[in-house]
Amino acid sequence: MRGDDDKVLLEQVRELRRDPADERRNTASILNEKRRLGPPIDAGRARAEMFARSRRTFLMGGAAALAGFFGWRWMPDETKNNLLRRTFELNERVSQFFYRPSRLAPEFSRERISPRRVNGLIGMDKELDPAAWSLSVGGLFGRDSDITLTLDDIKALPRTEMITELKCIEGWSVIVQWAGVRFSDFAAHFLPKTIDGSQPDVANHPEKLVPYVSLSTPDSGYFVGWDMPSILHPQTLLAYEMNGEPLLPEHGAPLRLASPTKYGIKLIKRIGRIEFTAERPRDYWAESGYDWYSGH
Amino acid sequence: MKKQLEKKHPLAIRWLHWINFPLLTMMIWSGLLIYWANPVYGLWFFRWELFHFFPQGFYDVLGVPFRLAEGLQLHFFFMWLFAVNGLIYVIYLLVSGEWRAILPVPGSFGRALRVALHDVRMVKKLPPQGKYNDAQRIAYTLVILMGAGSVTTGLAIYKPLQLAWLTSLLGGYEWARWMHFWLTILFVLFFAVHVVQVAMAGWSNFRSMVTGYEIVDAAGEKATEISVAGEGAKA
Repeated sequence: MRGDDDKVLLEQVRELRRDPADERRNTASILNEKRRLGPPIDAGRARAEMFARSRRTFLMGGAAALAGFFGWRWMPDETKNNLLRRTFELNERVSQFFYRPSRLAPEFSRERISPRRVNGLIGMDKELDPAAWSLSVGGLFGRDSDITLTLDDIKALPRTEMITELKCIEGWSVIVQWAGVRFSDFAAHFLPKTIDGSQPDVANHPEKLVPYVSLSTPDSGYFVGWDMPSILHPQTLLAYEMNGEPLLPEHGAPLRLASPTKYGIKLIKRIGRIEFTAERPRDYWAESGYDWYSGH
Repeated sequence: MKKQLEKKHPLAIRWLHWINFPLLTMMIWSGLLIYWANPVYGLWFFRWELFHFFPQGFYDVLGVPFRLAEGLQLHFFFMWLFAVNGLIYVIYLLVSGEWRAILPVPGSFGRALRVALHDVRMVKKLPPQGKYNDAQRIAYTLVILMGAGSVTTGLAIYKPLQLAWLTSLLGGYEWARWMHFWLTILFVLFFAVHVVQVAMAGWSNFRSMVTGYEIVDAAGEKATEISVAGEGAKA
């Protein structure tokens, strides 16, 4: 279109007329703004040229607008959902490219701790029987079968405390004090499988571990999938205390995830099973259209 | 009387402007679907909430409730297009020299006030101007900054850990979300004023944003309208 313009119209660049009286009060002249004027022509010809230009551009612009509008409107749901899901996956790859485990979420002072807020009880329909609870762990290095752990087994690992901000995907956030075991400490003790079967080195070569972790409640009513880098982040805990007290049932007793690396939907409560896996695990809310990665 | 065709808006500016319209619309719409899930903001006068964003009827009429997942999907798709389109626009302004038509300078605020008074029929004569008057310059520069602000605050709430320095700089996660919301309200207000002004400026002006051209009286025939600084150039 530009070349066309040049043919139809001899553009001439004209400097501002500098009127001394207006000079200091005129933004256009201060910034040396220029006009692009065609040659003087009769009013009739000007109207005719304008009409020709208008018809062409309005037709083209209108066609582009209609194509955009109806293209989006009439796009089959499957195509659209596919496009949006793929965009989530693209965003995930971009996020992981920029991800650095050394970056930490801010920690807060005790005074900043929020009133506790209960949200999300899926997978916890039945009342918890603490005596009957145990944690099964699968996908371990050098083992085909699961192992079963008690809360005391978990508490025997190094204890970590943090006061971080929990962000709900709905848009609210609360500052919570957590105590528990770093997942990375847990994984260093109960070694995950590696991709090639070599001896795992969680601290130095996490990239050789199987890339995912699947976690679910004892009744499998709630289940989440995590990528290995996020779950090995130093601020991702298997938490058993909240705000200085043992976890309450509605907050996920006896053991839950706590982490500022992802939205609350990923911080599964009442964990019954952990599995290290090479396949991308199912995720409760991802199956309802939410971002599987949901990472910060 | 002789006429001239004046090239007012380059092709790139027109495309970028019109592409931005559906993109910003989708960002605001999907933002509303997301905001519904935690609609905590209001307009306060000391202890009185004058208006809460938003009344239930507003959500119901638009069909907003329970579409958070869809809102997030759309927001995190259109964000790319919105940000890239905006970035190209800013780069184009810089390299083409079009920034000269948009940037305010010291003294613009006084003239912008006169433009505003003119628009409410309290002052007869518009101050001298270029393609845009000084009120437009301020508005168009502000709206670019608002776009940059929306992207920045959006990033701060999208990646509050990996970009923790940015989130902290904005006063934390909650404040970043607050700013992100109010910038959107400002966009809506800008849009409302923009549409009214375009309607008042008339067809020839609107057409120039589509075709790029406007018919003007030939230079020399009316001395006051020769230069860019002449009075009465339109929105």
